[in-house]
Amino acid sequence: MSGNEYVTRFPEVREPLLNLKGAPGKNKRVLPAPFDTAGAADLPGTGDLPDLPDVSEVETVRHFTRLSRLNYGIDHGMYPLGSCTMKYNPKITEEIAARLAPIHPADTAAMEPVLERLAQLQEHLGEICGMDACSLWPAAGAHGELTGMMVISRALKSRGDKRRTVLIPDTAHGTNPASCTIAGFATKAIPSGEKGYLEASILRQHLDRDTAALMITNPNTLGIFEQEIGAIAELLHKNGSYLYMDGANLNAIMGVARPGDMGVDCMHVNLHKTFGTPHGGGGPGSGPVLVRQELEPFLPAPRIVRDGSGAYALEEEPHPESIGKVHSCLGNVSVCIRALAYILSLGSRGLREAATTASLNALYLKNRLKSLFDLAYETPTLHEFVLSDALQKEGGVTTMDMAKTLMDFGFHPPTVYFPLVVAGALMIEPTETEPLEELDRFVQAMENIAAMSREEPEKTHESPRTAPVSRVDEVWAARNLILTWPDGRIQPGEEGI
Amino acid sequence: MEIPEQLYYTEDHEWGEMVEDGMMRVGITDYAQHELGDIVFVELVEVGTVVAKGDPIGTVESVKAVSEIYAPVDGEVFKVNGALTDTPELVNQDCYGEAWMVVLKVNDPAQVDTLMDARAYQAYVEAEAK
Repeated sequence: MSGNEYVTRFPEVREPLLNLKGAPGKNKRVLPAPFDTAGAADLPGTGDLPDLPDVSEVETVRHFTRLSRLNYGIDHGMYPLGSCTMKYNPKITEEIAARLAPIHPADTAAMEPVLERLAQLQEHLGEICGMDACSLWPAAGAHGELTGMMVISRALKSRGDKRRTVLIPDTAHGTNPASCTIAGFATKAIPSGEKGYLEASILRQHLDRDTAALMITNPNTLGIFEQEIGAIAELLHKNGSYLYMDGANLNAIMGVARPGDMGVDCMHVNLHKTFGTPHGGGGPGSGPVLVRQELEPFLPAPRIVRDGSGAYALEEEPHPESIGKVHSCLGNVSVCIRALAYILSLGSRGLREAATTASLNALYLKNRLKSLFDLAYETPTLHEFVLSDALQKEGGVTTMDMAKTLMDFGFHPPTVYFPLVVAGALMIEPTETEPLEELDRFVQAMENIAAMSREEPEKTHESPRTAPVSRVDEVWAARNLILTWPDGRIQPGEEGI
Repeated sequence: MEIPEQLYYTEDHEWGEMVEDGMMRVGITDYAQHELGDIVFVELVEVGTVVAKGDPIGTVESVKAVSEIYAPVDGEVFKVNGALTDTPELVNQDCYGEAWMVVLKVNDPAQVDTLMDARAYQAYVEAEAK
């Protein structure tokens, strides 16, 4: 299949909700004892039994198989969704995680080796990031941001410091201001320089006695490395402020450069992006937080410790200055185990190669596409880059049209209209796992879209033609919310879909 | 792009109109509504909120992005346009008229003179588009 022709249409399936397919007695299996309806009703705290659909096995399997055919995942093809690092997830990590899945968290003897693996992952992440201590419990990137900012808040409180403002460059991830706000800080957006990275001289103008921290994404959402990070860290530290780094783009620098060496005090990493675990509807995620030594006492409870005999255990009493628990039990353990398997299977050289190949792939695409699409910043980029619709817009073709047309060529669209510093942004991140042939096919498809935009722009307005659902009226959908009842029936008076 | 002569403008693309003794009606400009695209949601602060120049007075959401609206000057929110809750599309249809967002009781009339006039805003937008 080349990048010159549309993919064939997906099977047209209108798959109803599973609840609507159920009827009493369809599932002829005998329920196992704990789920016996008479017994469960007596269990304390269970309340009403869940309204599970009564369906047969074959209907259930077909239901999910049909839905999966309407889906598009990284196992189907390239998924260049910028900032999300949709890399292929090696199946060996699934194998290894599955082996630990039967262990019950209350079985302390069986959990000991699991805790040992988790401690090992903390150490590896510390080494990769150049940080002193780690907590694996946050369940996703934004949860990691919140946890990290709570750690900073607690550290400020502990030294009797009342500063409350967090500065956030306009090239940071969109979740950053929200996380700071929830952690009780006020946020202030600051412009990055004309070159697409934060210049220390700009930061200096915004620093004052109320600056608690700077929250920077590095490399940032333009794919540009924050080259003044060293000077920025020095300015902040002199001012008594912390440097928080959003490590969601660690994939671009792991094994090459370490945030700790750049002066970062606190950061999170996204195991589900950088360390190859499923995400994007396939989750769950994991957003470990890493800190410099002085912030360690404030990390979430419980910490993993070694007892007198050297065995791994969870601390019984949390550190008095800990921010407390941020997740039930031990975060998303299976994601952590997959990430550890990923790190060990690649080794230090492999991780470095993953990072450099991710940048090489992105640079290859950028160089092949920059004559056809507007490139907002000339500054060299790493693992992703941002194009815009500036050249196509005059002919009436927008970023949204191009994203939808890409679907007809068999690709997941890139991230669109983000970062906000580029109008009509198309943010492309191929990741290191795409073979050259797939990159070339993507270039072909983009060349076709550029030609289509010049010659028959109206054609792009009709895409996607091959997807199970054609162009969605997003404006209508956002203005006319239809909420369904939990049983799947449409609210009275609303039109069916 | 429409930039009415009698209004004041900010670098964040709000407009302000002095309506009566010390009251300023505020909304977003034609350029802003065009850049945002179809507006699907508008949320405004409550009447009585005291704001400083640059403080958020509301949020507009399109299918592309969520943006904050900032107070052009220091003041107190005197009125908000409740109609925008149910009909956010007014912002796209009539941004200088029916889709005004708040009325501010201005603290310091001298601050109004620091805002851009129509000609300065025109030049500002042209420079930004480059």
